[in-house]
Amino acid sequence: MLMELAKLLESWPALRQLREGDPLGLGKAVQSPRSESLVPRIDEAEHVVHSVCPYCAVGCGQLVYVSGGDVTHIEGDPASPISRGRLCPKGQASKSFVQSPLREYKVKYRRPYGTRWEELSLDDAMEMIAERIIRTRARTWRKRTEGGAPANRTMAIGNLGGATLDNEENYLIKKLMTGLGIVQVENQARI
Amino acid sequence: MNGPLGALMEPTGVPAGWEAYGDGKKERVGFFTDTSVCIGCKACEVACKEWNVIPEDGRVWTGESYDHTSQLDANSWRHVAFVEQRKPLFANGDSAELDVDTGGDGGTGLRWLMESDVCKHCTHAACLDVCPTGSLFRTEFGTVVVQQDICNGCGYCVPACPFGVLDKRHLAATTDPPPAFLGRKEDGRVWKCTLCYDRLKGGHEPACAKACPTKSIQFGPLEELRERADARLAKLDAEGWNGPRLYGRDPDDGVGGFGAFFLLLDEPEVYGLPPDPVVTTRDLPEMWTNMLAAAGALLAGVTALTLLGGRR
Amino acid sequence: MPSLGTSFGRGGATTFQQDLQNSDCIVIMGSNMAENHPVGFQWVMEARERGAKVIHVDPRFTRTSAMATKHVGIRAGSDIAFLGGIANYLLQNDLYFREYVEKYTNAPVIIDEHFADTEAGDGIFSGWDPEAGRYDIESWRYEGMEVHGAAGQRGEGFEPSGEQSGHGAAGGGLQHGEPPAEDPELQHPRCVFQILKRHYQRYTPEFVAETCGCSVDDFVEVCETLAANSGRERTSAFCYAVGWTQHTVGVQTIRTAAIVQQLLGNIGRPGGGIMALRGHASIQGSTDIPTLFNILPGYLPMPHTLSYHKLKNFIDSNTSPTGWWGEFKSYWVSLMKAYFGENATEENDWLFDELPRIDSDNSAYFTVRQMLEGNVKGYIIAGENPAVGHANGKAHRLGLAKLDWLVVRDIVEIESASFWYDSPEVESGELKPEEIATEIFFLPAAAHTEKDGSFTNTQRLLQWHWQAVEPKEDCRSELWFYFHLGRLIKQKLEDSEEERDTLIKALRWEYPTHSAVQEPDAEAVLQEVNGWEIESGKFLSGYPELKDDGSTLCGCWIYSGCFADGINQTARKKPHWEQESYVAPEWAWAWPANRRIIYNRASADPDGNPWSERKRYVWWDGSEGKWTGLDVPDFKEDKEPHYVPPDDAKAEDAIAGAHPFVMQADGRSWLYVPQGLEDGPLPTHYEPHESPFDNPLYSQRANPRRQQNKDLAEDPYNPVADEPGAELYPYVVTTYRLTEHHTAGGMTRSVPYLAELQPAMFCEVHPDLAREVGLEHGGWATIYTTRSAIEARVLVTERVRPLTMKDGRTVHQIGLPYHWGKRGLITGDSANDLAHMALDPNVHIQEVKAFTCGIRPGRRPRGPELPRFVAELRDQAHSRREQEPRAEPEEVRDTTP
Repeated sequence: MLMELAKLLESWPALRQLREGDPLGLGKAVQSPRSESLVPRIDEAEHVVHSVCPYCAVGCGQLVYVSGGDVTHIEGDPASPISRGRLCPKGQASKSFVQSPLREYKVKYRRPYGTRWEELSLDDAMEMIAERIIRTRARTWRKRTEGGAPANRTMAIGNLGGATLDNEENYLIKKLMTGLGIVQVENQARI
Repeated sequence: MNGPLGALMEPTGVPAGWEAYGDGKKERVGFFTDTSVCIGCKACEVACKEWNVIPEDGRVWTGESYDHTSQLDANSWRHVAFVEQRKPLFANGDSAELDVDTGGDGGTGLRWLMESDVCKHCTHAACLDVCPTGSLFRTEFGTVVVQQDICNGCGYCVPACPFGVLDKRHLAATTDPPPAFLGRKEDGRVWKCTLCYDRLKGGHEPACAKACPTKSIQFGPLEELRERADARLAKLDAEGWNGPRLYGRDPDDGVGGFGAFFLLLDEPEVYGLPPDPVVTTRDLPEMWTNMLAAAGALLAGVTALTLLGGRR
Repeated sequence: MPSLGTSFGRGGATTFQQDLQNSDCIVIMGSNMAENHPVGFQWVMEARERGAKVIHVDPRFTRTSAMATKHVGIRAGSDIAFLGGIANYLLQNDLYFREYVEKYTNAPVIIDEHFADTEAGDGIFSGWDPEAGRYDIESWRYEGMEVHGAAGQRGEGFEPSGEQSGHGAAGGGLQHGEPPAEDPELQHPRCVFQILKRHYQRYTPEFVAETCGCSVDDFVEVCETLAANSGRERTSAFCYAVGWTQHTVGVQTIRTAAIVQQLLGNIGRPGGGIMALRGHASIQGSTDIPTLFNILPGYLPMPHTLSYHKLKNFIDSNTSPTGWWGEFKSYWVSLMKAYFGENATEENDWLFDELPRIDSDNSAYFTVRQMLEGNVKGYIIAGENPAVGHANGKAHRLGLAKLDWLVVRDIVEIESASFWYDSPEVESGELKPEEIATEIFFLPAAAHTEKDGSFTNTQRLLQWHWQAVEPKEDCRSELWFYFHLGRLIKQKLEDSEEERDTLIKALRWEYPTHSAVQEPDAEAVLQEVNGWEIESGKFLSGYPELKDDGSTLCGCWIYSGCFADGINQTARKKPHWEQESYVAPEWAWAWPANRRIIYNRASADPDGNPWSERKRYVWWDGSEGKWTGLDVPDFKEDKEPHYVPPDDAKAEDAIAGAHPFVMQADGRSWLYVPQGLEDGPLPTHYEPHESPFDNPLYSQRANPRRQQNKDLAEDPYNPVADEPGAELYPYVVTTYRLTEHHTAGGMTRSVPYLAELQPAMFCEVHPDLAREVGLEHGGWATIYTTRSAIEARVLVTERVRPLTMKDGRTVHQIGLPYHWGKRGLITGDSANDLAHMALDPNVHIQEVKAFTCGIRPGRRPRGPELPRFVAELRDQAHSRREQEPRAEPEEVRDTTP
């Protein structure tokens, strides 16, 4: 009974304030248990991955923090001699970018003359695209130019993109397109 | 006057409530925001939002130069102000290092000031004084933080801030119901810069300072920042910059100095900052005394009247 | 860019961002570095803090100008006049670095007597063929030099140019390292130095002021500041971006800066150089390992329909007898081995006869024309948004609507995927969904956090990023998409007997996969890029190990070494504080051979000693008998400074010990480019394709070699200069980015925290213009050209100043960011809808940094009224022009693509 009373008294803010040398209750005396035990979420991440900012070509280092299979935070990598841990607003927003509310997660298909998007499985889409390439290429293949020079190509298919992609991806694009005789391969390097 | 009321009346340069941490007390830390190197990129605004998971603050095009954030509020804890001026970057005068007579824009002498504003983490913080719940408190780092598990949204602190930093969060209808991470207690509470309290506890610098590409925002022990700022001001003066000055560096000012202070290139008003901020609770003790006196007088008067009336 | 390539040997930034801190003066021009490369800009700020001058030359006063110690406002599109003026000032006042110019550049070389400058040809160099609309470059050559190239190639109308020439693949045509005729005293009237001097002699400070709209004093101050901060003891750097490249004279603009930096002796030295600031994470990488029509990895040329009929011709034409391009065959054969493995043999000419051939222009804008004409049936777009990001967005959208099928791969549904139901043309009724036959596949892409891979940044640095999380649902990397697409196609064509399928069947297409979705192993691809010795499987340590006999395999010779010792060198993340110098060579890997400043032999004097203690970087260590310093020497390690090549020396051995530019056939940087550029050996001021002015120098107004679409209804042009009708489009307009957004906006308009920072499309106009036209701050403006009209919020600001030009004429400039489109959290009209598709002839880049427009208050017309509004003005302008056609020779000279 007495103990309980003492405990109750102890929790009385005014007493706590006086006891903790914080008579106005501005600091320690009013620190909540949550405040006392706060841990930054980067310290609780399951793992941290070295990455590179996807926006401009400065090439800032990024640290990507992951918990539960999701990115929980992205900030600058101090070890980078280029960026020294700093990021611009775009780089700093990378997590919001990869988790954008507008991000698409499913294949969308629009049939000729269609007025809406339709669902399509990724496997079907890949099959259909491969078929389209083979068909268009077969129909439009030119062994030679009109002038009789060797051509070995189709001028009816093009591929655009690359400046935001990885070198390895660009390597496969150019290799595949060259193998297919598709020469209209372009990217934003011109743009 | 000694005792608690004295701390309010006579600024000591030591934040109230901080000493009580005893052994748990950490070096007082803060920001030195040097606007002479601010490129107005707003990385600080985004870094703050990403780290603190702050809701959007509205997609409003204001026409105020490149500033569409407009002010510090519950959903913007860093705010970059943009000021376009017809004033040269360098003043006319002698300069050892830079061409003084040919400022930023040759003949026209245009300059574009940018300043990342933030909660000042005042040494004498009125918000803290008026908070009835103990939600606003002085941390072991000497900073001023709103504890979201305590704040009941009474809003007393809002008018108490001489800078208009404190603000109640009202989520826009588009986010109703509020996102899960914000919790049920979301609406109506007061939110502001915590100087990344959780990051400090983990030994990390605040998100904005870490992101800042040109180190316009510098984080560190306040004493060290003040020295750095003094040296910086001396350098800019020597180089002939136009109007550099420190704002909030002085522990003798009306709020006992800022925990987050600035190097500005013009009058504070130009950036939308009060020229001579004073802790709004400065006169509280005196008010209490006066009130007690008045109450006493009133009591005496009533007594007298009663007595007189009794005589009647 | 072939500008840096033809000048110095490699088409990449000559330096790295961190080295800017060592500059004594930094000129930022054609770039808004603080806004578009904010984190790289920290190194400019470091330099400023150390006392360096930071000069920003730009039409607008931007966040970069705000940080500069000096801003000079110039008219958009007048950069060559300004830079040529600097060259002239340095030459006329003997402010150039004499020893550097004499020893390290081609200044002493004597040029063929048939060469005639623009000064003689009223704006045209010798060799112009008005019929073909192109130059025959024979007269541009070094005196006594054999015309380089295989017999039979000439006269077929094709010269190597563009990216591949940019890397010296065209060779210099020298048979050994020294040019046949030189005047070391630089006095011979036909030596490069004197030609240069005469070429720019009319670019006086007064000319610059009248043409660019700046003051004489400001211009002279820039020249004097540069001169005072260059030489033995001091160095200056130039930073540029697309503000220089996106012009019909884009390549030549950068060339002019290259000339200035050569005259000042700033290349290959710490604090010097030309920093090309590129705008996408791997834009340098996407030219090194190209997704470009005219080159293969490592800037090897694609075979052309008009030449190179046989492998031998092809190899011979591209092999320079001297310099590193002397090993061309090794690079080629190793690439063919990487592409086709054992199917490529010496006997079948490494499958050369089967390879596809290109034409002179199969670039993105060519393809759009072909789409509009119905010749393109299928299109794959991966991580690009032409409906917003390309000039004349309307032409692109109309083109997409004529395809049979379209694949769009992106993170969000961009405008290039939604044009068929949500575009200005659907709004106006010009496109109707139910009438568009295009079959569209939208495939969601994986983000950088969801895949392994390397980006090559703006300083040629390959940096590996590791996968952090698995992509969700249908999201896949491009690596996955193209690998599995290729796998499926190969599977389906496995049994094909068709001749056309020979090559695809021969393609090596085996990469290990991992994870549930069978993601290809990105490191395995990087290993192929690096290359290995086929028999032993040993990874190559660099391109000197490549063989021309098919015994090595290498996917990109300039990247060879990125997987040396079987270690992913691009993934090195040793913190900078653990490295000995600021160069930090153990962070990631730079091409070539991990060099951070290229041509760094030039940081030492001809004897091999540092030009000064203050600027020491790489030098000859006589006691060790090798080059040493802070960086990997860009020179054969043990080649003495005084080495003189014997007459029969080949390839790299033919480069003298005092010649730092080892990719060039003569080992020197080129002030004058005898071969490799379409539009002249020296940069000349031409007006933009659309401009309110005539050329003050010549009756040839604009670049005669620029590409135009004169017969394309979708790409009409505004009348220009004093042509009747030009008064309807009297203002200069320039487009740009803001810090808060990225290019066409797909990666930022979709991000809440960025969308709110710059939430709406706006235009920047000066108060005088606002008054003149009646624009209200915060209100709306309609901006129009003959292509389209857009609306924007009005930001009245003194930061976009009117300029006073020749004869006191005032020109107003209008600034337009180009980030907006119909999709995203924030929407707005696209600035690029206003732009035309006239192009630079070397790299086929569009001119969106300077064209003309009209502006009026209020919002634009809606629905069908919009095209009507645009057409009415256009018809009015064009009929005025036709009634009073302009008498100038340009029309005769102009080319069509």
